[in-house]
Formats: sequence, structure tokens, C-alpha cells
Amino acid sequence: MKIRIKFAKYGTMKFIGHLDMMRFFQKAIRRADIDIKYSEGFSPHQIMSFAAPLGVGIESYGEYMDIEVLSMASTQEVKDTLNQVMVEGVEVLSVTILPEHVRNAMASVAAAAYSIRMKDGRFPINDLEKKLQDFYNQNTIPYTKETKKSTVELDLKQGIYELRMEPDDVIYMLVNASSSGNIKPTMVLEKFCDFAGVEIPNEACQITRLETYTDLAENEEEQKFIPLAEVGTVA
Amino acid sequence: MRKLALSDDILMQVEKPARYIGNEVNSVVKDKEQVAIRFAMCFPDVYEIGMSHLGIQIIYSMLNEWDDVWCERVYSPWVDMDKIMRKNHIPLFGLESQEPVKTMDFLGITIQYEMCYTNILQVLDLAQIPLYAKDRGEEVPIVIGGGPCTYNPEPIADFFDLFYIGEGETQYRRLFDWYIENRDRGGTRRDFLRGAAKIPGIYVPQFYEEIYNEDGTIKGRKKLYDDIPDTILKEIVMDVTNAHYPSKPVVPFIKVTQDRVVLEIQRGCIRGCRFCQAGQLYRPVRERNVDKLKEYAVQMLRNTGHEEISLSSLSSSDYSRLDELLDFLIEDCGQRHINISLPSLRIDAFSLDVMSKVQDVKKSSLTFAPEAGSQRLRDVINKGLTEEVILKGAALAFEGGWTRVKLYFMLGLPTETEEDIKGIGDLSNKIAATFFDTVPKDKRVNGKVQIVTSTSFFIPKPFTAFQWAPMCTKEEFLEKAYQTKRGIMEQLNQKSIKYNWHEADLSVLEGVFARGDRKIAEVILEAYKRGCLFDSWSEYFHNDVWMECFENCGVDIGFYTTRERSDDEIFPWDFLDCGVTKEFLLREWKKAKTETVSPNCKVQCQGCGANRFGGGICYESRQIT
Repeated sequence: MKIRIKFAKYGTMKFIGHLDMMRFFQKAIRRADIDIKYSEGFSPHQIMSFAAPLGVGIESYGEYMDIEVLSMASTQEVKDTLNQVMVEGVEVLSVTILPEHVRNAMASVAAAAYSIRMKDGRFPINDLEKKLQDFYNQNTIPYTKETKKSTVELDLKQGIYELRMEPDDVIYMLVNASSSGNIKPTMVLEKFCDFAGVEIPNEACQITRLETYTDLAENEEEQKFIPLAEVGTVA
Repeated sequence: MRKLALSDDILMQVEKPARYIGNEVNSVVKDKEQVAIRFAMCFPDVYEIGMSHLGIQIIYSMLNEWDDVWCERVYSPWVDMDKIMRKNHIPLFGLESQEPVKTMDFLGITIQYEMCYTNILQVLDLAQIPLYAKDRGEEVPIVIGGGPCTYNPEPIADFFDLFYIGEGETQYRRLFDWYIENRDRGGTRRDFLRGAAKIPGIYVPQFYEEIYNEDGTIKGRKKLYDDIPDTILKEIVMDVTNAHYPSKPVVPFIKVTQDRVVLEIQRGCIRGCRFCQAGQLYRPVRERNVDKLKEYAVQMLRNTGHEEISLSSLSSSDYSRLDELLDFLIEDCGQRHINISLPSLRIDAFSLDVMSKVQDVKKSSLTFAPEAGSQRLRDVINKGLTEEVILKGAALAFEGGWTRVKLYFMLGLPTETEEDIKGIGDLSNKIAATFFDTVPKDKRVNGKVQIVTSTSFFIPKPFTAFQWAPMCTKEEFLEKAYQTKRGIMEQLNQKSIKYNWHEADLSVLEGVFARGDRKIAEVILEAYKRGCLFDSWSEYFHNDVWMECFENCGVDIGFYTTRERSDDEIFPWDFLDCGVTKEFLLREWKKAKTETVSPNCKVQCQGCGANRFGGGICYESRQIT
């Protein structure tokens, strides 16, 4: 049986990297005595798949991982036993049973919603709401992505599905998070700061991933984003 | 939400911020208003090394079990963080509370190897604690040293308020009770230290003076007060089965060196290898009850979620119930997909059978530690392993499918000749030949065998039979490594043998610290001031700086390393008593020179003196008869 675990990662835990979070959950699953399925072979490992990796320093209330269990009492019990062995800053938010043949967490990620706020005070930008709107209304938002070997020219515009201000000086964005077209919130922030003519170091902002979505649209032109947790059922 | 000592800004700049945030599973957070004593327990090396140390986990767990004590952990900030903390004057903090160490009552530092001495100064310095004990005021934490290097604490004595000699389980309560009593009655730091000096196992260096002869050797010691002891006897736990054991060890977020449950099956060792310090310091041998160990294993695996368990002891094959324990672990852990990592066992049919159950034979390697290349030299060092036993073990292993063998030797052992060194190549070759003789051509995986021969340089240590022995110079060491390499190159099967050797610079320095006296402190401080730190990390070790510091301080390295000591010389560590007597060690030194072996404790008591603690194999057998 495949189950999907949604969790939050915040506070000091934002400094724990993706691989270490995987190790943390492997150990937590053993502490909670979850009847997880192991792979075959000489050194069996737990069958586990994480959705989109989260950068160090970013908080999240929409992290996902799928595991395969041999047995369990109920999704509620899995959630409770896991929460008993967590640390401050990691919290299991929901556990759902996945239908057969659903794609694993990593493969199904299509988009992610983020909020960005200044750690101290407000964004140093006048007319912030209008500037953000003007920025988003551009036809293209070219971005040069530098990788180890080459530089790639991207158009961020295509991957930003929503961009707006929320109350309390918070920037909200919904962006592509699929393996082929992932957009980091820092990329959007960087281009927006250029546009607004200000300089804001990444460390001055707190970025929070709010939710991770899959796309259930039938054809490629449309988008029907729903949270990864809503694919499964509670039992 | 816990508030961190470091800003996000800083944490995002450094490598592995998880080293500095605490919050790990099983770490202990208490209400500081509710405790009487705050203790910072430090391992002066990077987090990943320090977190792998069993001793700290034991003390941490024991102290935190007491309601009135809060013990936190502290490690050396890595070089990137070190720079930032200095630049911004951020005081070193405990991981749990994130509060400055300087606000706590005690800073305990475990001293596991000599090459961490500059890191001790780093920890004190970053904690904003005066480096010299004599300069510390009333508000400064009491700095305690513990661990194997405190069996010669003199090179670092000036930096510590007190040393705890021996096993940590026994005297902390008494020390804390005295601390509270003294504080309640308004006593001073000095009052505390004076009282502490009378607690068994506690050494307060500033109350003693070393007096030197004209040639630099020690004439004697003077104590400042009549009512403090002349010699300090180590502390020891005789009932290890019922001693405190950490059933909930702290589980790090990041991968550390020892990322597994560690089960200490016994303390002490029955084999009297003459080069081995641990073999003498931890006498007599004490086994933990096997049922208790099974219980601990299950508890610790459940409480940590680790996927691996390993056994710890100086010589696991000597543990009397090893087969029962391993059978249990294989059965119990196998069901739960938990790996068992075996300590170096004596290679025989039993251990090979166990290993084949828990390891992938094709991928794992076998380890032999003959330590010396010839039988003659193995007799000198009292290493019981014979060539026949090694070759028999290797043949068995090759039949079982293993193709990789690791061999460990030491170079520069007392009385070593070119013949002994040549023996290293010869033995490596014979093992390779055994493979070709044992395994028929059509059954050879990849068609070959891989022998990795490694040598380290011998460093005489206090409280061993070789504490009188001269150590080689760097040039001699390198010449010996070259001879070893040449010896291997001449072998018929040289293509199957890979040779590694350690750096010589570091060994020389370790040799000075191991048998140094109080004159060395100045050199360590000078080197630290000139930027030496993380000396055990070869990329940060600056031998040239160290050599200049010795020169500037007028300290002659050869006096501590290459000089052979006379039988009646007073050593800097003679005022400590680890249980074995100097007379016994001297007998062993003389037997070594005549190539005479001493049977192990099980075969015949050698009268080492450690049975005065009321334990050990000789003691137990006397009780029965």
C-alpha cells in the first residue's frame, strides 16, 4: 500500500538539507515502528520517494514524501506515531492512501506556491503592488541560468502562474516546480529586484513554500493544479 | 521556538549549518531556572567527529538524568565558522540552550588525541575564557579535562582548572555536590578547587609544581598544600553491567563518522601488547552482562532509529559471550533490516562465519594487525599473532570468497632492524601467494586478490612498557617507509599489494605531546596564536609553523622523542596511578629487550597491579580457588 505523507519544516529545521531530511525520516520511520516495505537485495533500503527538494534556508508547509507500507492500522495512527518521534520544526500534517498506479511524489510535482517576506520590516520598494503587477505584466521575463557547464536562457514568465501581493507585505507566487521547468523563488525575486531597481540580499528574505501541486489537466494547454495530498484518501 | 545563537545570515554562509543548531533527536533541553548546575561538554574537534564519540554520550546522558544538572554539547566550530565568530566577537555557545558557554558552571573537555591541543585553546578562546587557568576569575566556568590524554596532562596542565582521571561515571555527583555546597556558602573559585583536589580521581594542576634537574628531566614535584594527595589514582567502574549506559543517544541530522548505535561490550583488555596505551589504562578487563547488552541494543535501536549497530571494545574476540550476542543481533536485527558492523575480530572459522552472515563477502575486506613484520619483533611488542595463524586465517577467508585483505603494521618499534622491515613485504607476499594456492583459477573473482598494507609510525606512550623507549626522527621514519616500499616492490606478487604510509611530521609532534612536560604548554600556545588549528586534519597542519614555535620557545624536540630514558627517570606522569605499577612496566620493558613474551591474563597473571581494584581475570580466578 502506498501512502503519501505531507509535512511542514520550519524554524531551525530550515537549515537541514534535503538529503539529511531523507535520513531523518528513515530513522523516524524506524523509531515509529512503521511497517515500511524494504527493497530486495543485500543492503535493503526503505521504499521512499520525496517530492520537490527544498533549498536550505526555506521553510515549508507543503512537503511531501511517499512510502510503501506492508500494513498499518489507519492513516491517523501513522500520522500520530510519526508526530511522536519528530523534533521541533518538523510536523506531519496529513497521511493519505494513494490510489493504485498513481505517479510517485517526485514525478507528479507540477507547481509550488511560495511566500516571500522581509525578515525585518517591509520591502524597500515604493508602490510595491503596482510594481509587482507591472513586472508580471511584461511579455517575457528573460533569465540567464548558470549551471556548472553552461548558461541557459529561460523565460520565467511562462513558468510563473500567479504573482501578487498579499496582506502584511508578503509576495505570493505560484510557479512551475516540475523537474523540467522548475523555477526557484529566488530567481523571480532577483528579476523583480532588478526591475524595481533595488538590491535585496536573499538572506534578508524568508521564503516559505506553502504548497506543492500536481497537475490533473487532461491536455497540455490547460492547468488544473491540486495539492499533492488531495490525490489520496484518508482511511 | 528556540532562538539560535547565530543569525540566519551567518548560518547560510557556512558549510553544514546543522553543526550549530542543536535540536537533534534525544538532545536534552531543560529549564535553566530549574537546574543548579550547567555543564558544557566539549569534544574539541568538528561536530561530525565529536558526535561519534561514545564517552560523551555516556556522560551527557548520565548528567542529564540528574534533575539539578543540565549538560549541553559543544564542538569546535569549523574553520569557516571560527573566522566569523572571531570577527563578530560571538561567544561560543552550547548547542542545546544556544547560550554562551561562559555563563555556565563547568566546561568539560574530553581529550582523546594529542593533536587536538590547539583546538582546546580555540574552544577556550572562542568561549571568551582566559586560556591560562591562573587568569580565570570568579565568574568563569571551571574547566575540566578528561579522557585518555589526561594520563599525561602536563603539556596542557596550565590551561585546565582540574582534570578528572579515569572513568567518568563515578565522581561527578560528588564534584557537583561540593560545587553547590561551596557556592551556597559563598566560597571562592580557589576554595572550590582546594576541596575538589581531595576528591578521588581529581587533579588540580595549579596546586602542584614540577621541579626540574639541570638536564631538563624531572627532579620531583612540590605541592602547595599538605592536605592534597601526592599521587592520583584513576577512577574506575568495577560493575560495568550496572553502570549508566545511554539508552537514548543523541541522533545527529547530518552524517557523522560513527552514524550508528555503539554497544560497548567490555572495558579493558587481557592482551598485554607493549605499545598499546589503552591496554594498560583500562585494566582490569570488565565484561558487561550479555543479557543487559541485548536489552541495550534493542532499546538504543528503537530510540534512535539507526540502521546500524556496532560493537565496541579493545578486543571483541575475547568477550566470553560473543557468539551468543552475535547470534541474537543477527536474528533480531536481520528481521528489522538493521546492519551489524563488526569490530576487528580475530580471523578464525567462527568470525568468518559471522562475517559472511552480516557482510557482502565480495565487497568487504578482512583486517589483520600483525603490527610488526617478523616473529622476533612481534615477540618484542608482545603481539601474540603468529605468521601461521595469519596465513591459516587468510586461507580460510579466501576459501570463503573474500578477496581483499588489509594489513596494519608499525614502523620504528624498539629494536627494529632492516630484517623486520623486510618481513612486512614478505608477509604481504605470502598472503597473496596463499590466495593463489587456495583458490583455483576458475573460481577467482576478477582473477585477483587485493592486499592493502598500511604502516603507521610508532609513538611511545605513557603507562606502556615502551614509555622508556626512544622514538625515531622524521628522517628515520621516512627511510623506514621507503625501505618498506622497496621490500614490497621486490615481491613476486607485488602487483597484488598496495602500500600506504602515514605522515611523519604529525607523528613526531604527537610524540612530543605524549611524553611532554609543562614546558610544552608555551609551544602549544604560541602555535595556536600563530594560527595552528585542526592539526589532525592534514590540510590544516602546518609543520613549519610548529617547528618555528619549538625553536622560538627554546624547546628541544629530541629531548622528548629520540632520547632513551634511564630506568629510574621520573616521568611527568608518574604522579598518576592508572592501576598498573611502574615496576611491572619496567619488567615488561626489559622482557621486550630480550624478546620474551608475556602470556595474556587468561593464561598467566603477570602481576600488573590492576587487580587492586578488586577485579580482573586473575582476581576472579583467585576468588574461586
